[in-house]
Amino acid sequence: MNTNIAVKDKPRKNALVMFIHKMGSPPWFYDFTGKLIPWIWLIFGVLTSWGLYLGLVKAPADYLQGESFRIMYIHVPSAWMSMLIYTSMAVMGFIALVWRVRMMEILAMSSAPVGAAFTLVALVTGSLWGRPTWGTYWVWDARLTSELVLLFLYLGVMGLYSAIDEPRKAARAACLLALVGAVNLPIIHYSVKWWNTLHQGSSISLTGGSNIDPSMLWPLLIMAIAVKFYYAANLLTRARVRLLEQDLRKGWVQNLVRERSK
Amino acid sequence: MSHTPFIWAAYTVGTIVFLWCALAPLARKKSALRDIRRLIQLEESSGDSNP
Repeated sequence: MNTNIAVKDKPRKNALVMFIHKMGSPPWFYDFTGKLIPWIWLIFGVLTSWGLYLGLVKAPADYLQGESFRIMYIHVPSAWMSMLIYTSMAVMGFIALVWRVRMMEILAMSSAPVGAAFTLVALVTGSLWGRPTWGTYWVWDARLTSELVLLFLYLGVMGLYSAIDEPRKAARAACLLALVGAVNLPIIHYSVKWWNTLHQGSSISLTGGSNIDPSMLWPLLIMAIAVKFYYAANLLTRARVRLLEQDLRKGWVQNLVRERSK
Repeated sequence: MSHTPFIWAAYTVGTIVFLWCALAPLARKKSALRDIRRLIQLEESSGDSNP
């Protein structure tokens, strides 16, 4: 019985290993992602339109915060993404450092500007929500400060990568910085529990349910999924451009451009 | 205090940042493709001049 399962599973495993192996090949990656990206943008567009329609038009005003709670539909998904992208950048950086996988270096470095954009939006929109709700744009509260540190970490990774001429050396140095900076992630997440902060605690939990009404929660969840497609499309687009820039003297890039010029 | 300007400001900032972040790599791609075409032309012209 067990042998049959092993035999049945083998081709599937091989297909997955083959796919990962192929993704490590720059020409295959460039070609495959080129076909995939328009579909990811399409899904992002549909989900964002749906989420924003439900959140900005259909959801009722909050009894305490009034209309300002609608900023949540851009602020919360951006804040979640700022941490998720940093986590994925650190994981990819770790793989790049340990196994010296070039595509992982490229993907990790392509994640940094997207993560910085999400962090900036989370900080600015949070500040714009804070003014009518707390009466101030900014306080040096643990959550806000650690999120600002996250933005500086992203900028540091990007700066270090651009400061070194040789791309692979630059990526390794920046991946190391990304890994060290990952210590800030639990600080951001637990800041509202560890310290007495002005920023409120989590309203949604994966295990303990949510204190938000479903009419307000669903648009938030849709937006949270939509921004993941934005990240995927943006990351792959940036990775393709980096490949072109790094491999401009290689045959596959020159053949690709020659074929397009015909 | 009306909350509308804060909501508009938040979504405007978000739209600008995300649009810029999505369009910036396309401009870099255009520039990279221009560099590669120039390199190909240089290589082809140097190949033609060599007997």
